[in-house]
Amino acid sequence: MYGNDFSTPADAPGGGLLGEVEAAEAELRAAAQRGRRGGPAPDEDLAAYFAEVVDAEQKIEPRDWMPDAYRRTLIRQIAQHAHSEIIGMQPEGNWISRAPSLKRKAILLAKVQDEAGHGLYLYAAAETLGISRDELVRLLLDGRQKYSSIFNYPTLSWADVGAIGWLVDGAAIVNQVPLCRCSYGPYARAMIRVCKEESFHQRQGYEILHTLAHGTPAQQAMAQDAVDRWWYPSLAMFGPPDGDSTHSAQSMAWKIKRFSNDDLRQRFVDMCVQQAEILGLRIPDADLRWNDERQAYDYTQPDYDELLRVISGDGPCNRERIAHRRAAHSEGAWVREAAAAYAAKRAEQREKVAA
Amino acid sequence: MNGPFDFALALGDDALVTAQRLAEWTTRAPEMEEDIALANIALDQLGAARLLLSYAGELEGAGRDEDALAYLRDDREFRNALLVELPNGDFAVTMAKLFFLAAYQLPLYTALAGCADERLAAIGAKARKESAYHLDHGALWVKRLGDGTEESHRRMQAAVDAVWPYTHELFAADPAAPVDPATLRPAFDETVGSVLAEATLTRPESGWAPAGGRAGVHTEHLAYLLAEMQVLHRAHPGAKW
Repeated sequence: MYGNDFSTPADAPGGGLLGEVEAAEAELRAAAQRGRRGGPAPDEDLAAYFAEVVDAEQKIEPRDWMPDAYRRTLIRQIAQHAHSEIIGMQPEGNWISRAPSLKRKAILLAKVQDEAGHGLYLYAAAETLGISRDELVRLLLDGRQKYSSIFNYPTLSWADVGAIGWLVDGAAIVNQVPLCRCSYGPYARAMIRVCKEESFHQRQGYEILHTLAHGTPAQQAMAQDAVDRWWYPSLAMFGPPDGDSTHSAQSMAWKIKRFSNDDLRQRFVDMCVQQAEILGLRIPDADLRWNDERQAYDYTQPDYDELLRVISGDGPCNRERIAHRRAAHSEGAWVREAAAAYAAKRAEQREKVAA
Repeated sequence: MNGPFDFALALGDDALVTAQRLAEWTTRAPEMEEDIALANIALDQLGAARLLLSYAGELEGAGRDEDALAYLRDDREFRNALLVELPNGDFAVTMAKLFFLAAYQLPLYTALAGCADERLAAIGAKARKESAYHLDHGALWVKRLGDGTEESHRRMQAAVDAVWPYTHELFAADPAAPVDPATLRPAFDETVGSVLAEATLTRPESGWAPAGGRAGVHTEHLAYLLAEMQVLHRAHPGAKW
């Protein structure tokens, strides 16, 4: 409640994407009103019914039959997303204690708190597929499920908080807006809520960079340095190039995924170029230029070998991020045990009173 | 202390240092829900700190705003009670600190809401609702930990024993202040007595009552907290953020 009191510059980004989220929300409502055909007939092929619902742009709901691979894909993707929110708290949380004004401290604290909320919300969406949050957390801590590689990079200056908001949250929104139309209802609904808050975060990040880029020479240098370090890792957030992407084709058919990695990456680049100009910051790509024929910007691809190294565990902060999460989990064990013991005692007392 | 400036400053510093300490828990809490709850309380305290420090700056009339007061004073100029600057310790210590602080802040802000100074009254009216939630939250954890497992009981009693001596400073008499802290002691004692009893914990009998925070003589811990909080702001004099 204290985190929202900053003014938004008139040229702040995010309007177009937010419009898409709202359109997806309207579509979701319309689909709900149309209603689905009552359910499969007793002798009907369940797979055919599933395909019909997906093709009709209706939503699959938790109690519906679904192919095992669809369920597994969704669990993997939603869990990975939830883990990313929880691990993603660390790089930005790193600057809460040193935020340079009380207003910025409040905004950042509220933002990191939002990420925890997104994590919980997404774990709940995954739980509708028949897996518990405890199991998912265990998979994360054991390194058997991934989170977004971007959070394995360090936040070295205050401007990194701005760059994460502008670029990382920006890339996340470009990735996630199509998920608002995902065929699985609980995930689509979660994404609508998450995207709305993320677009707000992106504007906050943009505003931090805008202030720095129009500040002292040292602040300007800080902002440029952050954009220089975060640009390519942000491009890599869209995943490997389409030819190398292992999960894409099936996910597209199931309408879990709507656009290819490269299409989304292009959309992100095109969105950022103009915003960078307004910010007065340089995108660190000498080959970035408008291609009239494609009606899009040509740009340098991120280093996909580096992406693979980071995914496989050898990024700058992979070990720290997981060690931090494990430590919080194990150091909190006695507290969770106490809460469970206390709740059990209270329940026992209530039973005695009732008896 | 004398006058509304010192009073607003002391309360604002209590809230600011509390927020800084609680925010240290972000990404470290024992449960994800608790991460969110602690951030909520930190945000409330930070919000109150901003209102109080802004008002203190206006009362002083020397052109200092909330950030000048937060970032450009040294530890000897801070007026917070020692209780809030103590390190977080384990979760039991943090909950002991939060519970005792909230049991003081709730009657304080409630009394402030009825005081003659309109600005302070408005701040008190807003903050007392938040304090009621902080007190609920702290009391619930004191009970859960005190009456949970053997391990949690041991830790919670140790936390209460360690933190308790620092509560006395909160109630040092100051008849000239908008609310005399000494008048808040009965409400505090009542709250603490009933919660500790329900939590199967005992109130320490120690006569030791460390103090000095309100006069700017702090523990060794505050300067480190401020060094971290202020480092970036001070590295860029005059910059806007």
